[in-house]
Amino acid sequence: MSEIIRIENMSFEYERDEDREPVKAIRDLSLCVEKGSFTAIIGKNGSGKSTLAKNLNGLLLPTGGKVFVKGWDTADEEHIWDVRQTAGMVFQNPDNQLVSSIVEDDVAFGPENLGVDPVEIRKRVDKALASVNMGEYKNKSPHLLSGGQKQRIAIAGVVAMKPECIIFDEPTAMLDPRGRQEIMDIIEELHGEGITVILITHFMDEAVRADRLVIVNEGRIFLDGTPAKVFREYDLIKSISLDVPMAVELAQRLRKRGIKIPQDVITAEGLVDYVCQYR
Amino acid sequence: MSIQVRGLRHIYSPGLPDEQLALDNINFDIYDGETVAVIGHTGSGKSTLVQHLNGLLKPSEGTITVGGVEITAPGTSMLEVRRRVGLVFQYPEYQLFEETVAADVAFGPKNLGLSEEEINSRVRDALELVGLDYDEIKDRSPFELSGGQKRRVAIAGVIAMKPQVLILDEPTAGLDPGAHRDILNMIEEIKEVSGNITIFVSHNMADVAALADKVMVMDKGRLLMMGTPKEVFAQKDRLREAGLSVPPVTELMGKLREKGVDVDDNVLSMKEAEEEIYRFLTRNR
Repeated sequence: MSEIIRIENMSFEYERDEDREPVKAIRDLSLCVEKGSFTAIIGKNGSGKSTLAKNLNGLLLPTGGKVFVKGWDTADEEHIWDVRQTAGMVFQNPDNQLVSSIVEDDVAFGPENLGVDPVEIRKRVDKALASVNMGEYKNKSPHLLSGGQKQRIAIAGVVAMKPECIIFDEPTAMLDPRGRQEIMDIIEELHGEGITVILITHFMDEAVRADRLVIVNEGRIFLDGTPAKVFREYDLIKSISLDVPMAVELAQRLRKRGIKIPQDVITAEGLVDYVCQYR
Repeated sequence: MSIQVRGLRHIYSPGLPDEQLALDNINFDIYDGETVAVIGHTGSGKSTLVQHLNGLLKPSEGTITVGGVEITAPGTSMLEVRRRVGLVFQYPEYQLFEETVAADVAFGPKNLGLSEEEINSRVRDALELVGLDYDEIKDRSPFELSGGQKRRVAIAGVIAMKPQVLILDEPTAGLDPGAHRDILNMIEEIKEVSGNITIFVSHNMADVAALADKVMVMDKGRLLMMGTPKEVFAQKDRLREAGLSVPPVTELMGKLREKGVDVDDNVLSMKEAEEEIYRFLTRNR
């Protein structure tokens, strides 16, 4: 597989007023993301993960080091629209991302700004709405929709720009359990269609669905690997006051009492299958 | 202190095309010292319900009695109602506005016309109760705190009003796991220290199972059921119909039972699940 995003020795500092020291949000971080992969990024509030996300499509520019999207330097103004079209972004609060009073206009907003032909826009909007199961709402007003539905419209707006990669910054944080499930299903479908997914989340049960898990702490990469490999570092994860998924915690407690559960059991399904062998 | 709600109905935009029955014939009692969780799918009426309990919304029909005072009776002083019942909104940290933490927490009590000395002592107590170090934090700007700290400052602002009933609307939404745990510990601490009624709205079933004495389940504007977490989370199918789920450990144990593993599936905590699975796996030793 080829890489779509390359981060080289990146740092990012937020300026603060007057004579105070700038805040170092990212410290000398390097990371490559493979095309077509599904990477989850977790970390506590203030760990730098959202700053990292905004640096991936040029919304923020690194204060040190480089970020390349499909080979384009995000600091290269000439290619900023190529970068943004390649790597789309979905944010936490759906209310802050919708711009029009009609659902389909909202979805068309991105491609219109790219100068896409109107006939092509029509096709893209219908397809994008269908991909988030919101086709029947195309003439509705977004403010009458639930949080989960609004978030699906926001995703459709990004999908209509035909990005190769979508960065989701805590897309389910403000949703109820049903809305969360809908969004996670759509993220998995988009990944299934070949879109590279980067998911920033606080929910460990969402992180286990990725094929790579990166834990960021104090602006640096703390752990990086498959979810099964990362969650093996149970004590390290707890030491930076993060959680592990319920099944990982339960399996760990049983191991301490002498039950030999394999380390790759990290989901409820995996634990059920393990226990069922002893019926 | 107790709460009685009888025949509560609420209609949004009555007589208009978008008229909507938001609450339909709600009846319940909450007793002294209880911690009550309100769960329900988006649009089920849970936020509408809690906004009635401190007089923010007026019922279309029905009565609400808090500590013997019927707060829905005509002529009731709303200031008096809000002094008794404190409501912390979702994402309350967006409502911080003062230059220092102490000034923000003091804002409510100042409006009660209390003495300077009383206000200061309330601010100190409230900040300590939410788990913040008063001397360390009082002069800092609320805007430079972490998300979890900001939220605790906002909650302290309501606690400083010394309400007899504290209502929290989704107190852990959007927090990272560490800040989430801090808020849960804070709710337990407040309950222990004050002994008052605490009502919280939540989407997190594990939190509900861990904290609540009673759970109210809202569905399409009706109170679908009310009982202990054990009673409510035993009704998996009815919860599913209302768009809700059981705590993840309970779900796991249910799956094991469905597959013919002889374990008790009415468990609510990690500890209980651990014991049940351990017992099953070592049954022939």
